[in-house]
Amino acid sequence: MLYREVGQYKTSYEADQAIFPIAQDRWFVVALVAFGFLVVPLFAGQYLYTEVLIPVLILSIAAIGLNILTGYCGQLSLGSGGFMAVGAYAAYNLALRLPQTNIILVFLFAGVMAMLVGLLFGLPSLRIKGFYLAVATLASQFFLEWAFARVKWFTNYAPSGSVAVGRIELFGIPIDTPAKTYIFVLAMTVVLALAAKNLVRGRLGRMWMAIRDMDIAAEIIGIRPLHAKLSAFAVSSFYIGIAGALWGFLRLGSWEPLAFDVNRSFQVLFMIIIGGLGTILGSFLGAAFIVLIPIFLNQLPAWLGISMSTAAISHIEFMLFGAIIVFFLIAEPHGLARLWAIGKEKLRLWPFPY
Amino acid sequence: MTGKTKHAGIALAALLGGLAMAAPALAQNEQFIPMLVYRTGAYAPNGVPFANGLADYYNLVNERDGGINGVKIVFEECDTGYATDRGVECYERLKGKGPTGAAYVIPLSTGITFALTEKAPTDKIPIISMGYGRSESRDGSVFQWNFPLLGTYWTAADIILHFIADQERGWDKMKGKRIALVYHDSPYGKEPIALLQKRAQMHGFETMFLPVTHPGVEQKATWLQIRQNRPDYVLLWGWGVMNSTAIKEAVAVGYPREKMYGVWWSGAEQDVRPAEEGAKGYNSAALQHTAGQFQLHQDLKKYLYDKGKGFAAKWDETGEILFIRGLINAMLGVEAIRTAQEKFGKKPMTGEQVRWGLENLNITAERLKQLGFENELQPIKVSCEDHEGTRVGRIQTWDGKKWNVSSDWITSDDSVIKPMVKEAAAKYAAEKNIRPGCLVTN
Repeated sequence: MLYREVGQYKTSYEADQAIFPIAQDRWFVVALVAFGFLVVPLFAGQYLYTEVLIPVLILSIAAIGLNILTGYCGQLSLGSGGFMAVGAYAAYNLALRLPQTNIILVFLFAGVMAMLVGLLFGLPSLRIKGFYLAVATLASQFFLEWAFARVKWFTNYAPSGSVAVGRIELFGIPIDTPAKTYIFVLAMTVVLALAAKNLVRGRLGRMWMAIRDMDIAAEIIGIRPLHAKLSAFAVSSFYIGIAGALWGFLRLGSWEPLAFDVNRSFQVLFMIIIGGLGTILGSFLGAAFIVLIPIFLNQLPAWLGISMSTAAISHIEFMLFGAIIVFFLIAEPHGLARLWAIGKEKLRLWPFPY
Repeated sequence: MTGKTKHAGIALAALLGGLAMAAPALAQNEQFIPMLVYRTGAYAPNGVPFANGLADYYNLVNERDGGINGVKIVFEECDTGYATDRGVECYERLKGKGPTGAAYVIPLSTGITFALTEKAPTDKIPIISMGYGRSESRDGSVFQWNFPLLGTYWTAADIILHFIADQERGWDKMKGKRIALVYHDSPYGKEPIALLQKRAQMHGFETMFLPVTHPGVEQKATWLQIRQNRPDYVLLWGWGVMNSTAIKEAVAVGYPREKMYGVWWSGAEQDVRPAEEGAKGYNSAALQHTAGQFQLHQDLKKYLYDKGKGFAAKWDETGEILFIRGLINAMLGVEAIRTAQEKFGKKPMTGEQVRWGLENLNITAERLKQLGFENELQPIKVSCEDHEGTRVGRIQTWDGKKWNVSSDWITSDDSVIKPMVKEAAAKYAAEKNIRPGCLVTN
């Protein structure tokens, strides 16, 4: 009833090609972003910021990055953790060695460095496909982890191999409270998500999808695999690198290579699988799912007033989390984004399904 | 909505509702202490007894004395699984509870300690990292909120090297010796490297650094290298299953256990028992105390275990190393709160006030006796320059059944360590733009 596009005529190409052709969708997203910027700061506490919103937003950026490579271009990668580490250490070194650099530039630099490394490790994708490529990217993960643990220059010769970032400022305003950090991360996320959405709708995105669906056919119609695959690697690594820098600077503040180990790669991969391959929305839903469900399960017994030993709570958390993942994958193998799409379809007809 | 989407919708609503829910309020005359523990995961065998020791001591203070000067201790556990991000989440979850917030935090993980070090000055919650954490955090003028009480890894490494030098009859005999460090490849394991390098340079011995990746069950390659190179001594900086694996591998390659020295986190019953007879002769540094029940255990038995309120599964477990370490850690925290109460009044303390209490902590031999820790600990006196409080330790040796102390009290050489602390702390201060100075609390 509410969600109906009757009467919304598209009178120009622009209207037809809009990101959200349905007015209700458009208003919903605008309202959501406005809510994030204006309403959330009115009620959110520190815990909500630092443990719920900020990690979900940062990992959403990483998930968007991997989704571009795996979801849109079909190149399976297990190296996300390594590329996040490249971003984090690149940002750390730039901020350390040129302390006057604007923080936005620091994060862009992190993205660019990750992009270069991503291009390098993307080269094998021209020769190998599928699981074999996954193994090659896994190698990059281990190599990068090794490099940041062993090459002392990256960590500024810290005796423990752990690095810490100093004061973060944007145009003279220190980003020191969780609320400011949240607004900054939210702004980055909105800009990057919008850019990604537009990229995948444009020429580049269509190239990627053509390669994903059938690379030989794509080559025959004139798409250069070199160009398409490497651009996907570049853009994907750029996003993941920025996510890594944000994770290190604004989430952890101090980190060691272990923060970007292979588990991080798997975490990001699971996000896009559960959220939905080849959708931007899925990246957000998947990130929220993977980050929040364990925390929620861990606190559930306390909220319900059930007293239980700490170990039992942790074990139940693991078991239920696994069960929920299996449930969602059986219920909808195409991910949470697909559930959302089905819901929208039904809503168009509601309350009069034929 | 279909059934599927409805279920998803309910789950989502429950999730959001739950996360927005506030914690129930606590009564006013209570001191809240968060407990970041790990009762699950790869490091649980070592995490469980420590957590039990902490909990039992807090309960004992409540049961026996009615709290700290009448202020009841309330604690809540959160399982970190030794993972840094989960540890930070636990900390954020618990730090605001109670009438005055968290009194202090005990991370029991070098990684979590590093992460919380960044948060402590803004949250105003002190960190007690007893026997771990950043070695340079001993400098209280830069690390105002960190308290690596009883000794840092530099102290630990120096104590072990002192003992080895004694065995060799003097530092000059160390020339040309080869010492290998088998370490957990994390900030924890890397901490002693700086001191070993410094000492190697001073005395002309050779060092060999062999990292083991988390969790440390795969060490074949490491020990093959040891078999090939035959170092004179092996130092072990492991945690959890890595320790017992290392000892078993040493047995497998025939490296003499008598030449192996673990840090105080590599010297618990859990580390040597899996290797059975093979562990005989293995040494480790003792964080002052060793295994075995002592005076305090009479109270533990009377007030907790006879009433079935103890956390440990068996009474015998209360005499184990890591359980005792938990007791000691809790005792130091409680005494810091008591010290703070003397200045600020007998009421629940804020993190800032507890920090003052920690910085002015002075536990004399007499007080240790009163507390029931006689012969377990040496007197501790903390100050702004010295957040460690004391720098003594002993070496203990496993005889196949129990730990025996095999050395006198050894004090680490501050003429070597202090300049290193100064230098590292100054570097940290420069990186983070901190102006060093002692914090004044009124």
